[in-house]
Amino acid sequence: MTPRRSRALLLLIVVAGVALLVAAGLQNTLTFYRSPSEVAGHTSTHERVRLGGEVVPGSLRTDGGLTRFRIGDGTTEIAVEQVADLPGTLREGQEAVVEGTLDAHGVFRSDTVMAKHGNEYRPAQAGGQGSP
Amino acid sequence: MTGRLGELALGAGLVAAVATALLWARVALLGVSARPARAATWATLAMAVLACGVLEVALVGHDFSVRYVAENGGRDVPLYYTVTSLWAALDGSLLLWLLVLAGCAVLVGSRRPERAGPLQPYAMAVIGVVAVFFFALTYFAANPFASVSPVPADGPGPNPLLREHPAMGVHPPLLYAGYIGLVVPFAYGMATLLAGRADRLSVAVVRHWTLVSWALLTGGITLGAWWSYAVLGWGGYWAWDPVENASLLPWLTATALLHTLSAGRRTPALRSWTIALACGSFLLVLVGTFLTRSGAVASVHTFTASPLGPMLLGFVLLSVTVVLGLLVWRSGVAAGTQPSPLLARESVMTGNAVLMVAIAAIVLTGTLFPLLVQAVQGHQAAVGPGYFNRAAVPVALVVLLLMGLAPLLRPGRTADLRDLRTPALAGLAAAAVVGLLSRPGVLALAAFALGAYVLTGLAQALIRRPGGLRRYGWMTAHAGIAIVAVGVAASSAYTVSTERQLRVGESLNAGGVTARLDTVDRLGADSGMRVRVRLTLGGEAGGTSEPQLRYYPARDLTVSVPAIRSGVTGDVYATVLGAAPDGSGATVRLAVNPLVWLVWLGGGMTALGALAATVRTPSRRRTATPAPEVPVSVGTA
Repeated sequence: MTPRRSRALLLLIVVAGVALLVAAGLQNTLTFYRSPSEVAGHTSTHERVRLGGEVVPGSLRTDGGLTRFRIGDGTTEIAVEQVADLPGTLREGQEAVVEGTLDAHGVFRSDTVMAKHGNEYRPAQAGGQGSP
Repeated sequence: MTGRLGELALGAGLVAAVATALLWARVALLGVSARPARAATWATLAMAVLACGVLEVALVGHDFSVRYVAENGGRDVPLYYTVTSLWAALDGSLLLWLLVLAGCAVLVGSRRPERAGPLQPYAMAVIGVVAVFFFALTYFAANPFASVSPVPADGPGPNPLLREHPAMGVHPPLLYAGYIGLVVPFAYGMATLLAGRADRLSVAVVRHWTLVSWALLTGGITLGAWWSYAVLGWGGYWAWDPVENASLLPWLTATALLHTLSAGRRTPALRSWTIALACGSFLLVLVGTFLTRSGAVASVHTFTASPLGPMLLGFVLLSVTVVLGLLVWRSGVAAGTQPSPLLARESVMTGNAVLMVAIAAIVLTGTLFPLLVQAVQGHQAAVGPGYFNRAAVPVALVVLLLMGLAPLLRPGRTADLRDLRTPALAGLAAAAVVGLLSRPGVLALAAFALGAYVLTGLAQALIRRPGGLRRYGWMTAHAGIAIVAVGVAASSAYTVSTERQLRVGESLNAGGVTARLDTVDRLGADSGMRVRVRLTLGGEAGGTSEPQLRYYPARDLTVSVPAIRSGVTGDVYATVLGAAPDGSGATVRLAVNPLVWLVWLGGGMTALGALAATVRTPSRRRTATPAPEVPVSVGTA
């Protein structure tokens, strides 16, 4: 093989390697933003999604390390449960994004809650937000 | 009044920048005197200084008739954070950007031609064009001096997250200086292509500026991680957030650039691969600016959406097209060199550079993928940190493996792999000890082993062959990277945290540390409300810890200020997540983060090592050829 050829081959291997890592890395790490209406109409219950909407006034309850509330978009509301105390991060009537999956009973099991204050999302983490 | 003066400064700056670009182009094409071009460059800097100065005066003087002050100033904000408010929001940070850019232009432009090389006028014209764009952007799309009517009595102050930590005064300017310093390699790369002429002196200039920018970027990124750790209160320092990725991307390609420059120091001029990296690094700075300043990607740091996005995107696309076009057109000028043997210095350094670019490609893909999904499927999406940990970290480990070869490399010789015996044994021993004592996971275990291997190799080389400042510089930088790797591995593998609702007198436990809730105090401060929680720490730590919740009514934002007690083995990190209104209890998160300080130490060492490598050693300069036309690169290169 000529040096030029071998260099091209090496480059090809690197590009293929990167493509492989990217494809493998994207498995299960890509999450979609959905509105409550979209989640309610969805049948696949194992897909991990981010659900965004307004925390329905009067729905927020915290007891025994479990936080329950509903997220709505004006037409549909979805019940959300998160195993964590989230005092201070969520406020009724404000925008929030939760991440998790919908269970068989139509309850959204969330493990990460991001509250929206003004223009900024702040991760209010419960276990999942990023590696240190 | 103040606002008018600021606006005038911006407008005059725009005119001066146009003059700078045109006059330097004239010098490049006609070979006339550079004196008027230099004057225009100085004038641009003067206007940038004036604009920044006016905005600072308005901020400190609480002149709320100026839009930026009305949006980001506040009478209750301490002076230090009022001054740093200049870069607390988008429009003001653009002024800082202009200031640094004009400063770079003056530094490059006022170098004597015999030191700056014959490509200086071309490079200055390119910098001038970049300055024109950013002045226009600020003047037309993000003018902070617009007047407000009616004039408010007080402002909301800067984002509370940006007034909780003194690093706010240093982190953004460092990062900006690092970003913008990369305009010089970009300009010289473009100059080589535009002039269609290769030139030796450019290599020295490009290397010097890349090294300085890289050191500043490293410092800026490290400080940013520290700020995130000490302020955001989630316990980590890196979340693969788009803004963080935006700073990492140019850092990665600049690292690759540095290594190709050092590898190719014997070659007479910039080669196509080097030029592509030099241009690519600055283009990534622009892409990052676009991503984070336009609201295109949701981020923790997102600035508000603004008309900046389309302008920036246009400029990025135009620049990419021009660079690619020039590279193809001038492919003859910047042809590559002959390949070297596999273990020669050039091959290993180029190999490492290729891997850095591969990491950059992986990170860029992950950062842009949500945009792609949205364009194709119309759905908003997010790529989680898992992607980056899975795809980028393994390549980074291979980089460490290659980095271990660095001490063995000498120009013109192939490495002797027998010298790797001791480092390899040290690495295996580290892996064995750590693996026997705990189960940190494959990636962390590999990071420990590779860290020990790199550090041992450096120590061995230092004992065998001490060197000058420059050798100590790169060795310190490499040691810093290895230490960061160990710190990251330790803190991600062994961090333990618990979070619970506690009543006063109850305690919780994390990683052998217990914290008992003593008091919950509500303090009505002038700038809002604070809840201070006092915890008594038991176990190994001892002492007390006082995390707080601070509420900022003007921004309707609650900030959880963590209390961090640092020790040699790690930090005890406590945060309050909420408090009962009657003060009877609070929700507390307690974490033990081992060896996080290694990350700050390693980052600092890397930045300082790179800075040391920029210093010209006097002994070397004396031995340089005295011929006036070539006082060359011996020192700077």
